[in-house]
Amino acid sequence: MTDPSDTSLGDTPPEGTHDQDYNFAYLDEQTKRMIRRALLKGLAIPGYQVPFASREMPMPYGWGTGGVQVTSACLVPDDCIKVIDQGADDTTNAVSIRKFFERTAGVRTTEKTGEASLIQTRHRIPETPLEEGQILVYQVPIPEPLRFLEPRETETRKMHALEEYGLMHVKLYEDISSHGHISTAYAYPVSVEERYVMDPSPIPKFDNPKMHQCPAVQLFGAGREQRIYALPPYTDVVSLDFEDHPFTRLRNDGVCGLCGADDTYLDEVIMDDEGTRMFVCSDTDYCATRIEEAAE
Amino acid sequence: MAENSLAGGFAAPAVNSAVAFRGIMMAMAEPGRIMPVSGGIPPRPMDSAAGVLALTLCDPTTPVGLMPSMDQPAIREWLTFHTGAPIIAPGEAEFVFGRFDEMADFTVFRQGTSEYPDRSATLVAAVASLENSGAVLRGPGIKESRALNLPDVTPFQANAALYPLGVDVVMVAGGDLVAIPRSTRVEVE
Amino acid sequence: MYVAVKGGEKAIDNAHRWLGEMRRGDRRVPQLETAQISEQMTLAVSRVMAEGSLYDAELAALAIKQARGDLIEAIFLIRAYRTTLPRFGYTSPIETARMRCRRRVSATFKDVPGGQILGPTFDYTHRLLDFKLLAESEDEQAEEAIPQDSADVPHVLGLLDRDGLIQKEHRTDEEPVDITREPLEMPASRAARLQVLARGDEGFILGLGYSTQRGYARNHAFVGELRIGLVDVEMEIPELGFAISLGVIEVTECETVNQFIGSKTEPPQFTRGYGLVLGQQERKSIAVALVDRALRWKELGEDFLGAAAQDEEFVLYHADNIQATGFVEHIKLPHYVDFQSELELVRMIRKDAEAAREKADD
Ligand SMILES: [Zn+2]
Repeated sequence: MTDPSDTSLGDTPPEGTHDQDYNFAYLDEQTKRMIRRALLKGLAIPGYQVPFASREMPMPYGWGTGGVQVTSACLVPDDCIKVIDQGADDTTNAVSIRKFFERTAGVRTTEKTGEASLIQTRHRIPETPLEEGQILVYQVPIPEPLRFLEPRETETRKMHALEEYGLMHVKLYEDISSHGHISTAYAYPVSVEERYVMDPSPIPKFDNPKMHQCPAVQLFGAGREQRIYALPPYTDVVSLDFEDHPFTRLRNDGVCGLCGADDTYLDEVIMDDEGTRMFVCSDTDYCATRIEEAAE
Repeated sequence: MAENSLAGGFAAPAVNSAVAFRGIMMAMAEPGRIMPVSGGIPPRPMDSAAGVLALTLCDPTTPVGLMPSMDQPAIREWLTFHTGAPIIAPGEAEFVFGRFDEMADFTVFRQGTSEYPDRSATLVAAVASLENSGAVLRGPGIKESRALNLPDVTPFQANAALYPLGVDVVMVAGGDLVAIPRSTRVEVE
Repeated sequence: MYVAVKGGEKAIDNAHRWLGEMRRGDRRVPQLETAQISEQMTLAVSRVMAEGSLYDAELAALAIKQARGDLIEAIFLIRAYRTTLPRFGYTSPIETARMRCRRRVSATFKDVPGGQILGPTFDYTHRLLDFKLLAESEDEQAEEAIPQDSADVPHVLGLLDRDGLIQKEHRTDEEPVDITREPLEMPASRAARLQVLARGDEGFILGLGYSTQRGYARNHAFVGELRIGLVDVEMEIPELGFAISLGVIEVTECETVNQFIGSKTEPPQFTRGYGLVLGQQERKSIAVALVDRALRWKELGEDFLGAAAQDEEFVLYHADNIQATGFVEHIKLPHYVDFQSELELVRMIRKDAEAAREKADD
């Protein structure tokens, strides 16, 4: 993998191959500067939600405008990007976002996790472990982990300021007492460096442990809610739990019907009217790579 | 306006600033990692890395402060021409440029508020040289630890103690920069 | 064997081609020209300009055509275009007291200096379908009644102001925030609130305004003045030392007069609500003024009655139809990963519950 932080471009950038009707990576420079400043503060205060003046993008709010703005502010012409939705490179929204950056930034694209210098994702973290120098950009719908407990921004902001997360613990514990389990299966809250409680975006809780001490830079963009937050590499990210009810990952204990993996997150596919099921890896690149390797 | 204040900006702003930002971002993401940046040449005595940072991040919405060593007509004109940033008192500014020894008391700069800790200053502090030896840095962005020749550990320790308030420091030497955000814990060697 | 759904790219291209065809409709019917929309669908154009926050009738007409008449989609097209425009600076505040009024009515006084101007209004039309419009005949030409000079037309509420009967608005030199350039912060300034309301969804603001009349933060309001007309837009150019005219825009302004019995800090007097929107947007401007007034409870020392229209975060965070439509519609995107996770959780909880039941039965 090339080191994306190698700034060998220097003073004479090559002739861009992006659509010349738009600025490089679509956004205007002032907007990019504003997002870049927010990203730096986000990295300096891991897990804290930095307000930013999100712009309207040529795709709807809720479809990744936050992630797209973050990616747009981070891209360099040398980047090779991968876009996934539900773990798959070929879902329509992933295709649409990938095309957007091909067109507006002229960057190379890939489906291989290992080849990508920047990965934009919705709802999954790839199964292939990320490496140093890579950037993972999450699309975030509701960045505030406390929002479902307290709808008011003025209140939740105070709670973060005072590190007052009792309400969250009470909610999780009530789940345990009524269901025997914490009834949050995705967007499962995490604590960052023992300070900020953070929403990991709606990834399945199976993916949560991948955030902890991850060698890649993790950036989170919530366009509609106007928030950016970040995790530098090697940051402590711990899923909230209790001594008597430790956090557990959750996956169907089946194996992938295509590649045979027994440790990946699986999609359940209904095969016929009888309700026959098949389980396949949600990470399409990981699955395809395993099949290729087995064939060799 | 002096003629040289028109020179030294980005030749291709969109691409130059994208590449420079990636360097600055990786520096902030990995405290203590020395990153080269290029593409801009500010008037002396401002280091080129400081100039590149200004070109990449400053604009009319970001008040900039200049410490005495940088508060010179040529630098003011250059910043104004290339970034449009208003120049105000360092204590109120979002970005402050100076020599490290002029800025060693971090508490006189904007520290952010408990509800908005991001509303704090970024200090761009010139030092003689940058190398990965000396003080030991730990914290987010650092796998175990990283060494850096900090001119003084005390202000960094005091800054980290204020977390999540405090300033973020970018130290520059020539075309290199390194970041020590407030989240970095510093120990003497 | 199961094969994951492939070919997303081709599916998207096909869908877009089909969309283009549906937009065009029956090719025996002449294609709609944007000039026809900007000239004959002016109120739709007004709404798209107001909620798109871009004053350009031609682009609004194009957006309406492209969006097949879906105004929220058209507003979205305009917003997305707008964000890419370079910003040269801020204009001076417009002087609505110097408006060339096309329409100007006051409900609080029988007559007012400058006169009431009924203007081009649907009011007092009988809402009967005009079948003559089915035929392609030309309408009769009405006389254009806009005064050409820009003599001052003082605001009606100024009359009450002179007598000290209406709450004083405090003049401030504070630079108002620009909600398109800065993230919305709570509590919001009145300037920020009025901006959000001005480009908020007409239906949402209308419903909220209506709710204040039905007892949810009841605040009996009269339309002190409603005026629609043209105002000059000027910009100070520091290098020149004077203001230059950038052009003329149409705006609708509504000021309501509201009863106020006084509070611990304020004597009994009238208070006001204010609504200013781009274009001819009468209904919207009145609704904005009602909601503005309801949101001012704190500054006037009134009680929070728990009404939606008083609740700043509720109103401001939900007024934008581009944000709302995006998020409401996004749930049609694939969510199967999250659903799978919930499925596993429910299965696990059920299994535990069954096991517990069996154990109890033993
Ligand atoms: Zn598989």
